[in-house]
Amino acid sequence: MTAAISDVAKYFDDMSYGPAPEADTEARAWLARHASGFGHFINGAFVPSASGKSFDTFEPATGKALARLSLGGKADIDSAVSSARKAQAQWAKLPGHARARHLYALARMIQRHARLIAVVEAIDNGKPIRETRDIDVPLAARHFYHHAGWAQIQDTEFADHVPVGVVGQIIPWNFPFLMLSWKLAPALALGNAVVLKPAEFTSLTALLFAELATAAGLPAGLINIVTGEGETGALLVDHPDIDKIAFTGSTDVGRIIRERTAGSGKSLTLELGGKSPFIVFEDADLDGAVEGVVDAIWFNQGQVCCAGSRILVQEGISALFHERLKRRMQTLRVGQPLDKCIDMGAIVAPVQLSRVESLVKKGVAEGATLHQAQIDMPKGGSFYPPTLLSGVQPTSTVATEEIFGPVAVSMTFRTPEEAIQLANHSRYGLAASVWSETIGLALNVAAKLAAGVVWVNATNLFDAAVGFGGKRESGFGREGGREGCYEYLKPKAWLGRKARTVSALPQIRTTVGEFSQPAIDRTAKLFIGGKQARPDGNYSRPVVSPKGKLIGEVGEGNRKDIRNAVVAAHAASGWASATAHNRAQILYYIAENLSGRADAFAARISAMTGASTSAAKAEVEASIARLFTYGAWADKYEGVVHQPPLRGVALAMPEALGVVGVICPPEAPLLGLISLVAPLIATGNRVVVVPSEPHPLAATDFYSILETSDVPAGVVNIVTGSAEELAKSLATHNDVDALWAFGTAELSAMVEKLSIGNLKRTFVDHGKATDWQDRAAAEGTLYLRRAVDIKNIWIPYGE
Amino acid sequence: MPGGSQLEAEVAHRRDTADHAGGVKLSNHASLRNPGMALDLSWVMDTRVNLSATERRVATLPGRRTVKKDAQAAWLLKAVTCIDLTTLNSDDTPERVKRLCAKAMSPVRPDILDALGMGARSITTGAICVYHRYVATAVEALGNSGIPVAAVSTGFPAGLSPHHLKVKEIEASVADGAKEIDIVITREHVLTGNWSALYDEMTEYRAACGDAHVKAILGTGDLKTLRNVAKASLVCMMAGADFIKTSTGKEGVNATLAVTLTMLRAIRAYEERTGIKIGYKPAGGISAAKDVLNYQFLMKEELGREWLEPDLFRIGASSLLADIERQLEHHVTGAYSALNRHPMG
Repeated sequence: MTAAISDVAKYFDDMSYGPAPEADTEARAWLARHASGFGHFINGAFVPSASGKSFDTFEPATGKALARLSLGGKADIDSAVSSARKAQAQWAKLPGHARARHLYALARMIQRHARLIAVVEAIDNGKPIRETRDIDVPLAARHFYHHAGWAQIQDTEFADHVPVGVVGQIIPWNFPFLMLSWKLAPALALGNAVVLKPAEFTSLTALLFAELATAAGLPAGLINIVTGEGETGALLVDHPDIDKIAFTGSTDVGRIIRERTAGSGKSLTLELGGKSPFIVFEDADLDGAVEGVVDAIWFNQGQVCCAGSRILVQEGISALFHERLKRRMQTLRVGQPLDKCIDMGAIVAPVQLSRVESLVKKGVAEGATLHQAQIDMPKGGSFYPPTLLSGVQPTSTVATEEIFGPVAVSMTFRTPEEAIQLANHSRYGLAASVWSETIGLALNVAAKLAAGVVWVNATNLFDAAVGFGGKRESGFGREGGREGCYEYLKPKAWLGRKARTVSALPQIRTTVGEFSQPAIDRTAKLFIGGKQARPDGNYSRPVVSPKGKLIGEVGEGNRKDIRNAVVAAHAASGWASATAHNRAQILYYIAENLSGRADAFAARISAMTGASTSAAKAEVEASIARLFTYGAWADKYEGVVHQPPLRGVALAMPEALGVVGVICPPEAPLLGLISLVAPLIATGNRVVVVPSEPHPLAATDFYSILETSDVPAGVVNIVTGSAEELAKSLATHNDVDALWAFGTAELSAMVEKLSIGNLKRTFVDHGKATDWQDRAAAEGTLYLRRAVDIKNIWIPYGE
Repeated sequence: MPGGSQLEAEVAHRRDTADHAGGVKLSNHASLRNPGMALDLSWVMDTRVNLSATERRVATLPGRRTVKKDAQAAWLLKAVTCIDLTTLNSDDTPERVKRLCAKAMSPVRPDILDALGMGARSITTGAICVYHRYVATAVEALGNSGIPVAAVSTGFPAGLSPHHLKVKEIEASVADGAKEIDIVITREHVLTGNWSALYDEMTEYRAACGDAHVKAILGTGDLKTLRNVAKASLVCMMAGADFIKTSTGKEGVNATLAVTLTMLRAIRAYEERTGIKIGYKPAGGISAAKDVLNYQFLMKEELGREWLEPDLFRIGASSLLADIERQLEHHVTGAYSALNRHPMG
């Protein structure tokens, strides 16, 4: 019969799949309607760049130009920010229920236009239609539904918070639509307005979203989309009328943003790169784990920040696992993004393809064994085959660098301890995957991994209710869930804080001794690793009363003292795994012992600060109460059990940040110190504390309280000296996980700027004074939340 | 189609070398028999199956693989050749069985086959599957069509008759001309972890089958856990099963994709260690053309191209064929079809 029909016989014999293209008619028609070029979307309408400049966006699967986009400049960003500012004022005034209705409408809108969005995304990004249709778009809709809910209950659940204001958001090209949703949904739900810059490779679904959202009734100015390149993003980051920057992208750019926003007072969340471990124990379901690798590294062409790119396999099963993995690679299909019968599409752009190619070459040159699936590859476009680099040594570039492509590297381990060690031996800490059928092993390892998300016997699972975000150089802040909401809110209690007034230190008045029996001379030392230590430099600094009387001398700590204190703090890591009950008991015990010497501390405070006896006593009493507060919280600041849409749970566990530097404010020498140290140690952190620079003697008196209160050595270390110098040492120390600095605005700016080495979490006051007696502003969950990272452990179950 | 001809050569080679004793040359028994192996308990006990991971794989596969148009018609036609056209009802009669045999020999309307360019091919179902009582009837009705008769046996479906009677039942079916015996295992052995009892039972069934191929029905709906399914699969293969089969069609839950994936991975592991290819037969509950495609995708992805042919893949079904016929007619005419346009089986 006809030629077409004999094809049946051909397929019957070879049982190949044949083409299965998703229709792109609607998507192309939408592009055709914008054939003259897209404007920015500002104040509810498309507007061309003020400069008239534009750039082309390309189709990764063919390399052909797809659309013309406007190149955002200063005037465009200005206009977008001012439009957002106007809209935000009205938006925040709307009742939560009204905002919930808008968010709900957006969720419904996404579902009504799901296929159009999915097809445009696949064309623009190069990822398979399966992923946009079955994963990205449904998750995006879910994000809006979930956050419609937060808008609805905001007034009761976040009663002590207000919206941040105008948020600048910069999103990457790997999940353009999903990342847009992760950014927009919480921001809008909680009463903010947004200026969003999509990645220059993949701006189309953001523009489509803006168009559809407006049609769905979203008021003008709430979402403004300015397209452009890195420079456009920089303009947004630098804009003075932006209250917060939320960025997802590379660690390099994240660092630049941290540096540029330092001291600006802008709130910042960074969701950055990773080199996430994928750990396979000998008692894993090996076939399940092999399939897990497919979902880990050959999902979205491996262009996934949380991709399980570092496979760690227990040595005894390594050969079998690799054999099965290679067999599985052979059945992967790479093809056109709109083909419904593929596993992988195109790499987003030629520049990324060359980067992947050169890193793989480097890996091979550094000793890795290369295996690539021998499968049909599409011609033209940016395609790269599924790739495995095995026998990779930790010293190799590909073991540490994020490749951001379909390339897994693998190495072996011998014991669970070694697996944890190898897994955590990374500058990153985004995600991890653990494969074992033994619950004790899997959960123990999950708890010990330095990662914001851990999937047990699974990988790359996401849900709007389960926070996502990293540790270490994978960034800070969480997206999704309650913790994600806080990133778009600010505490009411801090709204009224005024700039701290700094009084100049009094001149020392020299006095001469008297012919009488003096008090025995006491040398205040540093307190490091549970021992009193002389300062490394062996210099002292004077402590004077407000009237200029020398009332003591303290050690002049330097960067070596900081180094020693950090070493001691790390050695005390057992504190994080001490029982919460134990930590609570010790906090109460500190309070008890402080209470026993309350009068002495009050006298000391009076002598240093000139505070009245009653004010000084009040400070000591408030310090005792504050210790009780955190003793109370120590066994109550707990995680939650999420119920994501799977048979299983996700455990949101607050985890200590690690070693935290604390620069105490100049005022309230005892209460300031306690207010910052207590929440940190209550949650399992170890601290290196720099006491109030002008009034450090309360802190040096305090170490004898610590010594008698069963505080393990190294949990609290005290280094006296110049706040600025010691803050600099702490901020640049790459083994310090976080730094809390209270003092001048300059101190805040410096700390934020210098924190970029390891992207430590910073908590600063920008020179605004806190009323440490005000419990709403000075204690409780505001501090506890900043003392921990939430780790979400996904545990699917079933037999 | 170099792939196709290569495969045919391979199949022909196996046909020549396989040891088939006399009788009608069967087109669907090309694979080497499974000689079995000693029971390896440590292998059995090492078996681990993660339910959620298994479910994720089968849930996402239909999004990763699909066939359209001519390819879809071809795949459905291939599925027809893998069907064990089955009647296992208490009201079966010789005439009912004969009618089914006629359908097995001509499962798709000749005009549809012509329109698909497949008129010259001999398209039949993979086998006819009946109770022992109707084996002789079916053998006679199928004549020299080459279609094998499969007999369910060993006290199907519960498998709880006296052991010696179960062995006798196999022998009787073989004597009546059955070329395939679908035995049911004693589920108790799995549920109590008595793997050596399961192994011994299966070994004896295999011996009783002689030259007839033996399919081991696991009753996966009774075994409940995928771990049980995987262990039972391994033990039956070690004891010489040529095929492993999900279910009798009488359990509360029959073939599922998750159970299928688990059994296919067991088959792959067995081949990995022994080099022997074991066939797979899902049974019960596969009644729609779109469902059978997902099973075929799993076969191809998890085991490979060879496992799409009737010597390594059978589908136990009764109403599936009718749905495939409608889909094929729709493919040819572009109009949705109706059941009454295709002859009954």
